[in-house]
Amino acid sequence: MTAAADSPFSKAPDAFSFGPRPYNLVIPVLFAVSVAAVLATGFVAIAPNRLVSGRPIGLFTAASLPLAATIAGLGVMLLATAFVPPRPSLHRVTAIIAGALVLLLLATSGEAATTMASSATGLARVSLGASFWILTGAAALAAVDAVQRAAAGPGEQIAAIAIIAAGFAAMAHAGVFDALSLAREYQARQTLFATALLRHIVLVVAAVAPAVLIGFPLGVAAARRPGWQGPVFAVLNLLQTVPSIALFGLLLVPLSALATAIPTLGALGIGGVGAAPAIIALILYALLPIVRNTVAGLTGVDAAAFDAARGMGMTPRQRFWQVELPLALPLLLAGLRIVTVQAIGLAVVAALIGAGGLGSFVFQGLGQYAADLVLLGALPAIGLALLANFLLQIAAGLAARQSR
Amino acid sequence: MIEIEGVSKIYGDRRVVDDLSLSIPEGSFCVFLGPSGCGKSTTLRMINRLVPFDSGTIRVGGDDIRQIRPEALRRRIGYAIQSTGLFPHWRIQDNIATVPRLLGWPSQRVRDRVTELLELFRLDPETYRLKFPQQLSGGEQQRVGVARALAADPDLLLMDEPFAAVDPITRAALQGEILRIQRDTKKTVVFVTHDIEEALRLATDIAVLDHGRVVQWGKPVELLEHPANEFVTRFVGGVDASAFSLLSLRKVAERLQPGAAAEGEPLSADASLRDALAAMTARHVDRLPVVDAAGQPLGAVTLADLVR
Repeated sequence: MTAAADSPFSKAPDAFSFGPRPYNLVIPVLFAVSVAAVLATGFVAIAPNRLVSGRPIGLFTAASLPLAATIAGLGVMLLATAFVPPRPSLHRVTAIIAGALVLLLLATSGEAATTMASSATGLARVSLGASFWILTGAAALAAVDAVQRAAAGPGEQIAAIAIIAAGFAAMAHAGVFDALSLAREYQARQTLFATALLRHIVLVVAAVAPAVLIGFPLGVAAARRPGWQGPVFAVLNLLQTVPSIALFGLLLVPLSALATAIPTLGALGIGGVGAAPAIIALILYALLPIVRNTVAGLTGVDAAAFDAARGMGMTPRQRFWQVELPLALPLLLAGLRIVTVQAIGLAVVAALIGAGGLGSFVFQGLGQYAADLVLLGALPAIGLALLANFLLQIAAGLAARQSR
Repeated sequence: MIEIEGVSKIYGDRRVVDDLSLSIPEGSFCVFLGPSGCGKSTTLRMINRLVPFDSGTIRVGGDDIRQIRPEALRRRIGYAIQSTGLFPHWRIQDNIATVPRLLGWPSQRVRDRVTELLELFRLDPETYRLKFPQQLSGGEQQRVGVARALAADPDLLLMDEPFAAVDPITRAALQGEILRIQRDTKKTVVFVTHDIEEALRLATDIAVLDHGRVVQWGKPVELLEHPANEFVTRFVGGVDASAFSLLSLRKVAERLQPGAAAEGEPLSADASLRDALAAMTARHVDRLPVVDAAGQPLGAVTLADLVR
């Protein structure tokens, strides 16, 4: 039998086949999109100054030949792996190639920017073009897909992320990206950036922790008393439908009134604008997923296990901590993951009411029509969300393994 | 061991258990038999206070159960249910150790007890101790469920249709094991089932329940020979089925002609009349010699004796 006959798609009539058929459709699709992006869009864009949009420059013009050729070579190797009969070791090879490609694309963007900038005036800006984002995104997706197909354990997944992050950090430290306008925006605001990033994390933690402290007991109570579930979910669903900007606005009036009425609160920094309304709004949005997942987790506990726990003489407290909670834990962690990712995103908007955080760069950038400044706020927020999602997903997976 | 006196349970306007009284002797294997909704399971669950009752008294070992804290009462009564209720996140050893740990046994004693119980149920301790419930077959899970109920060595064991969800061959094996263990340990067992054959095989005493009342309470043989009413007659499966069941319950010793002689392979006095009939049919004879457990001749039994 030929490799093509082994393919899961071999049932298709031969008349329509041309050449071998892939075992993995994801990589060929990503490859095709990437090729189209390289042909049609710029890898970097060069602009005479920070405020005008740039002129796109293709990959093979912008990058030196060895780097561009290596990118193409790795892309073709990646495509080739889709046509080899799958086995776990193959998926690991695919993941390594895709990961190397991500790092290589990052390096190439820095190199291209350096070359471009050196041949232009000091005010000229080199920004990242569409094909950089599409190629890097495609390589990252191929890596994630391969890691999933390889059924890699949590340790391997963390190691893979750490290698990519370390590679990026090493290149950044070595100044590879210094010529990119994104890096210039960063260099102009290094301290501001660190403050904003920290502030963003503080906002998220300050919202998620109280939301768990309120939402978890509320969920436990609602799971115990089904009669409560209707009204509780009605209120939380309603809160969820209020647009975030409107909710910030609605909180402005009562909080500023409160701060005026009680000067001590005002002195503590609580007022109509700033962190207080932002945190309150983030808590309100976080309640629904937490309460919903707590109720679903607890009511989903096997009725027979619960009956046995009672019948063997466990006290209500023992039943809760030893049986119900461990069995509900995977869903509780899923709820925590949803609200953490959600809060990271919503906290960007909170910059509008003076809460600070990464959103302040986004809104400054929007105001100045400076796309790279928007990215300086948006990219770390996306990175934080992906990281939180990844870590909590691993935690939920481990909990599910414990409570199978 | 258990005295139930005038107990009633009312849900809305339905009397699920209606002025029910029963006295279950120590060391008996008592089966509550009846169709679904007859109140047998509710009555069982009243004994360990899983279901509160509205009136009447239940005493276990002489103590009014309402004077005992529910958790303390339940820890001295074994409890096994149909869907096992094994904790999916605990290993087999931890599942079995549930009640001993609640009672604060030292860990070495718990470990020894787990080993002992796994051996009692013919599950190799080293193979099974560290497994999770999902890794076991249905029959193995049910064995672990019963082992867990027996873990703290309770005098009383409550079993709510424990073998209803397993296949017939596994069920027969499990019935054999619980029977062996009950006979060896002399524990009092209260066992709920809707399966008449299971009841006849296991019970020393049967309570037939209907609409929350005991319609008949007695030995299995009495149930077949003198059904109390039309309901019991229908429930035990009519004359044909009960005739064969009767043959299985009566021993050759009861119909023996002492001192009489007969030719052929002898029967044991412990054999059932059903075994005797089968042996006669297979060998085309109407008369067989009978010996005691030591092989000493006791007499003979004839075809006519079987149907007497």
